Amino acid sequence: MGYPGEPKITGSSVADGRAAAAPATTADAAQAGAVPAPAPATGWSPAGVRTRNWARLPLGLIIPAALLAAWQAASASGLFTVVQLPPPAMVLAAAGELVDRGELGIHIAISTQRVLIGFLVGAALGLVLGAGVGLSKLADALLAPTIGALRAVPSLAWVPLLILWMKIGEDSKVTLIIIGAFFPVFTTVSLALRHVDRNLVEAARAFGLKGVRLLTTVQLPAVVPAVFSGLRLALAQAWLFLVAAELIASSMGLGFLLIDSQNNGRTDRLLLAIVMLAVIGKITDALLGLAEKWAVKRWA
Amino acid sequence: MTAVLSPLPGAATSAHAPALPVSFRGLRRTFGTGSAARTVLRDVTFDVAPGEVLAILGPSGCGKSTLLRATAGLDHPSAGSVVIEDTPVHGIDPRCAFAFQEPRLLPWHTLQANVAIGLPAGCSAREGKAKVARLLELVGLEHFAKHRPREVSGGMAQRASLARALARNPGVLLLDEPFGALDALTRIKMQDLLLEIHRAEPTTVLLVTHDVDEALQLADRIIVLGPDAAGEGASIARTVEVPGSRPRGRASAELALMRASLLETLGVDGH
Repeated sequence: MGYPGEPKITGSSVADGRAAAAPATTADAAQAGAVPAPAPATGWSPAGVRTRNWARLPLGLIIPAALLAAWQAASASGLFTVVQLPPPAMVLAAAGELVDRGELGIHIAISTQRVLIGFLVGAALGLVLGAGVGLSKLADALLAPTIGALRAVPSLAWVPLLILWMKIGEDSKVTLIIIGAFFPVFTTVSLALRHVDRNLVEAARAFGLKGVRLLTTVQLPAVVPAVFSGLRLALAQAWLFLVAAELIASSMGLGFLLIDSQNNGRTDRLLLAIVMLAVIGKITDALLGLAEKWAVKRWA
Repeated sequence: MTAVLSPLPGAATSAHAPALPVSFRGLRRTFGTGSAARTVLRDVTFDVAPGEVLAILGPSGCGKSTLLRATAGLDHPSAGSVVIEDTPVHGIDPRCAFAFQEPRLLPWHTLQANVAIGLPAGCSAREGKAKVARLLELVGLEHFAKHRPREVSGGMAQRASLARALARNPGVLLLDEPFGALDALTRIKMQDLLLEIHRAEPTTVLLVTHDVDEALQLADRIIVLGPDAAGEGASIARTVEVPGSRPRGRASAELALMRASLLETLGVDGH
């Protein structure tokens, strides 16, 4: 304890790192064994969780329902023209029409495909490079300034270059999404790895763990919550960059539906595209949230 | 070598590593450089016999833990060396096992998996599993093998940490105030457990503690570290052979006298 000259190590660095990443899992990893677990960490009664989950869904639907009612009232009041604000029923009809023509499914499918490919590739690159920079001082010194500078470039600045290099096809769009998904994962992973509880790492080293085994046994599990918060940010960024890419140059996808509807004065389709982006974005985030819940329970 | 934990005497990894002698030769440790340099340990020279339980006592900040860390290869002395059997320690030493003041268990693993981390390299899966089960039983955690560290008490986590250290078949067991963070009752139980473990696996034990009673209960010999008159940095201020064999009565009058005298060495009034 606190002998002179030794860096003062407290047991809370993992907790600090995680508190930023996942406030729900602040149980202090290093001291978890030293004190009996606080009740809330494990003491949820299953019944309590169930009621809470059942109560959550209807509660979360209140505001969307109110918005829908307000939208209906506003469009019926005559304050706005139909072009400015078509009523919900008209948007629904537009959806039906596009579904009948088989177009809505294609727009959604191509957009989702772009997001998923871009997100997966960008997140994988972010994980690998983030791990390198977070663990190796050499990699940090070598890569961090460059990656930091690249991150400072506003995303849309890449668009002309990407189109020039890759033409207006899937490659340029997916690449832009890869760029968007890469940085959140890279940043959270490299920072979190630097703050893994040094006590745990030292203990593992004392038992002969090093290199890849140390990484997979101690360092990676310790940053699982941080990795997932990075992934969720990355997924949100992926949707953002998707719309940017599709608005600029595309012939399919929800972003294309937005710009095409604007050009044709089809506000109903425009609103439909926005609602679809909200719904699909929320669904993909919820799926990732489920994976996060499982992983945090398993690893934290 | 006892065979209490070795139902498979033929298997190499289940046999105990022999208790190893340790010698400290002119150990010196200075932290920092230039004007900020601070010498914590100087001229520490002593020998530990194989199978001996040696307690290292000293006031806070005197370099007790540094001494232990140097033995494990977690720290490098500025001068001098630690020699285990005939080879000097260089880097993390597989002959040592460390139990820290905090359990330092991986929170995402079960106790069983945490203990398995201590297994030496080259231990087969089957042997390892059997060994972990035996050790968990030895420390009384056989019913908690599948629990996570945060689901058990501090004393239980510390027992798992001890089992993890033992899994390594250590020739030298290093204990850095292992019971310091526990409540008084649990501490006494853990001390008894340690004696039991030492009977079952009579390895060399270096025990850092600031608790004089603990040292008197557990050790064959006590080394007191303290600043010497000559200059900065702690060195060996006193060496005490503890009389009698373990387990020693906690109320012994002879030990009480020794306790008072040790406390005096540490600068505390012993009455």
